[in-house]
Amino acid sequence: MNLAPALASLLVLCAGIMLAAAPHIPRLPSWVSALALAAVVWRAWAAWRGEPMPRRWLLYVLVIFGVAGVLVTHRTLFGRDAGVTMLVLFLALKLLETRTQRDAIIVTFLCYFLALTSFFYSQSIQVAGLMLVTVLVLTAALIGFNAPGRPPLAYFRTAGVLLAQGLPVMLLLFLFFPRVQGPLWGMPTDAYAGMTGLSDSMTPGAISSLSQSDAIAFRVHFDDEPPHKKFLYWRGPVFWDFDGHSWVRGNLPLPRQAEFVPDGPPLTYTVTVEPHNRRWLFAIDLPSLVPPNANVTADYELRSRVPVRTRTRYAMSSFLTYRATGGDSDEALQAALRLPTGFNPKATALARQWARESNNPQEILVRGIEFFRHAGLGYTLMPPPLGRNSVDDFLFGTKRGFCEHFSSAFAYMMRAAGVPTRVVTGYQGGEVNPVDGYLVVRQADAHAWTEVWLGERGWVRVDPTAAAVPLRVESGLAAAVPAEEPLPFLVRPDLTWLRALRFNWEALANYWNQWVLGYNPERQRGLFNRLGMPEANWQAMAQVLFWTVGAVVAAFAFWLLRRARPGDAAQAAWIKFCAKLARRGTLRSPSEGPQAFRARAVRLHPAAARSIDAITALYIDLRYGPEPDRGGVARLRALVRELRI
Amino acid sequence: MPLPSLQRVVQQVGTVILGKEQQIRLALACLLSRGHLLIEDVPGVGKTTLAHVLARTLGLAFHRIQFTSDMLPADIIGVSIYDRESGTFKFHPGPVFSQLVLADEVNRATPKTQSALLEAMEEHQVTAEGETRRLPEPFFVIATQNPSHQVGTFPLPESQLDRFQMRVELGYPNRDAERALLQGVDRRDMTASLEACLGPGELLALQSAARQVHVAPALVDYVQGLVEYTRRSPDYVNGLSPRAALALLACARAWALVEGRDRVLPEDVQAVLPGVAGHRLHPILNGVRRTSSDIAVGLVEAVPIP
Repeated sequence: MNLAPALASLLVLCAGIMLAAAPHIPRLPSWVSALALAAVVWRAWAAWRGEPMPRRWLLYVLVIFGVAGVLVTHRTLFGRDAGVTMLVLFLALKLLETRTQRDAIIVTFLCYFLALTSFFYSQSIQVAGLMLVTVLVLTAALIGFNAPGRPPLAYFRTAGVLLAQGLPVMLLLFLFFPRVQGPLWGMPTDAYAGMTGLSDSMTPGAISSLSQSDAIAFRVHFDDEPPHKKFLYWRGPVFWDFDGHSWVRGNLPLPRQAEFVPDGPPLTYTVTVEPHNRRWLFAIDLPSLVPPNANVTADYELRSRVPVRTRTRYAMSSFLTYRATGGDSDEALQAALRLPTGFNPKATALARQWARESNNPQEILVRGIEFFRHAGLGYTLMPPPLGRNSVDDFLFGTKRGFCEHFSSAFAYMMRAAGVPTRVVTGYQGGEVNPVDGYLVVRQADAHAWTEVWLGERGWVRVDPTAAAVPLRVESGLAAAVPAEEPLPFLVRPDLTWLRALRFNWEALANYWNQWVLGYNPERQRGLFNRLGMPEANWQAMAQVLFWTVGAVVAAFAFWLLRRARPGDAAQAAWIKFCAKLARRGTLRSPSEGPQAFRARAVRLHPAAARSIDAITALYIDLRYGPEPDRGGVARLRALVRELRI
Repeated sequence: MPLPSLQRVVQQVGTVILGKEQQIRLALACLLSRGHLLIEDVPGVGKTTLAHVLARTLGLAFHRIQFTSDMLPADIIGVSIYDRESGTFKFHPGPVFSQLVLADEVNRATPKTQSALLEAMEEHQVTAEGETRRLPEPFFVIATQNPSHQVGTFPLPESQLDRFQMRVELGYPNRDAERALLQGVDRRDMTASLEACLGPGELLALQSAARQVHVAPALVDYVQGLVEYTRRSPDYVNGLSPRAALALLACARAWALVEGRDRVLPEDVQAVLPGVAGHRLHPILNGVRRTSSDIAVGLVEAVPIP
């Protein structure tokens, strides 16, 4: 096949390449995008105007410079990003030496692969939809190369029909192909950079920068009514050590057992957490379940065994009211009092004064809360920078801060007053999507609060932000922030129609996540359970797959056959008649006409001559006659039934 | 029941051309389907006689043109000659202006002359000296030709062969027929004494009756199956054209009429298939010469009746 590929198909292929590469463009080095675009345009132009293609030496030079460029940009030729860059680059260059039909078909196949690589980055509905269009265009190009000479629209129609025919099989493969936990292939480590989420330390300003992001942190489905907003403290990393500037987890020997006394019925729900490349899993204070492949620390931090790099779903239950006693060893309480020396003299002096004037930690706590409530502290997303004495600066100087300022200052003062305190970060609140009823928690809901040890009551949650700015917890971020400050676009209260659109879209994305991307071995087992096959192993699944796909193909084939002969009952009766004679040794050849067969049959079976004559005459009338009468078919059937040879 | 007039025709032609009833019926079907007929065989098997007898029996005005290698188009179409009395050129119509033209040994003429006849066949009109003249109705050409591998022939190209609705091969007579021939009267005398069985009006009526014969969808499926097979099969250089498919259906209708039926059966298609497809299909030869009936038999056996 040395034919030049048809112009129309080549142009369709160029469109397909652009579509397949489109999602990669923001990630590709700009010179690669430009080079690829130039190559596609050059090839399309060459095909359109019959201009010459670039010479071979130019291609060699471009290949060498391209590989060198990838090496310089990515410092490697392997891995996900470098691999995709190379693929785009070589695909574009291959297009420039596409002279024969065979070349064009190879490029098309490579394009299918390029379309697949988009899913290495995102598996969202948008990308899936775009790739569906891409596959349609590429299939149309492939049809065009193999069956040239039809209008291009016909290629698309055929491609659409082909894809539609593949749909049932695709669904069956999706449902019944034995699933494996996690991705099928290992992803190179560079695949997980750039995920947002809570950090493993708390520095003033870190969470407030997170609050600018309206990306979704996790979604929650409550089995019953969601609890009131003031209970929605999603527990994340817990911090013990303060160095005057940031809080870190610290390195302390905590008792292994996390204990608490529940006070009321548990709240059950399911959390679907977006990948954030850290180990934390989130649950409402206090979690009473440990998700699979995770453990719980003594300070009730849920930690996955591996960093959360894929969307993870787990069932959870929590007690909203409790007495937490875990992590109350002497070392832990000592650690919860440690303070760096030589910082924040004013705050330290004030806290010492509270301690002198109070009889027990409870009173100190009350004085602390009262102080925060009346100190004239303001809530802002753009806190002014703080100096060396960050707590003093905040409480007595700028007086404006974000939740981490409040919690850091409060924890510092409690410790200075001799009350063991720790800082807890996580998320607070969330928004119920009215479309699907899921509670959506965004990065903007990131929050920090404190926990204070009150002897027999255990660790008690104290949210200094709520004390100073009650609106933050009662009504959410938007209400607490002064009106002139920039908010994440979609948290703003005035754009209701945009929010409604957003709710619908996110609900759709959530369905996609839950039922398409989240269709894991567990859900597959559930499906097989419902189909009456508990504990299906992969062999059983393969059998189900085989039989269902076979049934679909058979049904489709049957439909095609039926369509080829639209219910010709006369023909069916004739075939029965021929079969009857065949059993007596008189076989009709497929190309033998009814008259000829009649003559032969009568000669071989003279006894049945009358019936054979009648049947043949009626059949000819019905099948080839000008006006076949309706009762004839029934008569023919009866005649054939009564035929005795 | 076969129409009596047609039966008489077949019978009368059969008295002269012995033992060739199938070919006579085929020739008749071809003319009833308003197609032109090509009779091909080695010299001396009665091609010219068949054409001659058909013309007389159908009662048509006919001319015979003996094609030779030095013939010119004007010998067929006619010429304008200066008339001294009127002082103008006067057109003298050639032998083609006739209801039935017998073109004897058509492949002995040069391609230029052949094409003059073939244009008349296709258009039912001739153009001479810038003036277009209609030919009479009905208008038939019965051409005879020697097999093209014989010496002194200009084989008709495929495009011109396609103008003939049907090609019939006569073949040698069987033993009994040949004996009757050898012992019988001179065929030329017999031909001269034949009476016309049909008037020209009757022939036109039969032609339109042939067009009325019913074709069921199942039969169209069969015709399409045959045609598609020739296009897909690796055995032929080219498949059958849509014109060939039309010719096949028209001939099958006429054949059904000759057989006395008001509907076309697959057998009718099979009967005319050698005549219609034989000269249009060119088998890719593997060292074996195949006659048109070989081709048709292979084709019929390869395609099941739907």
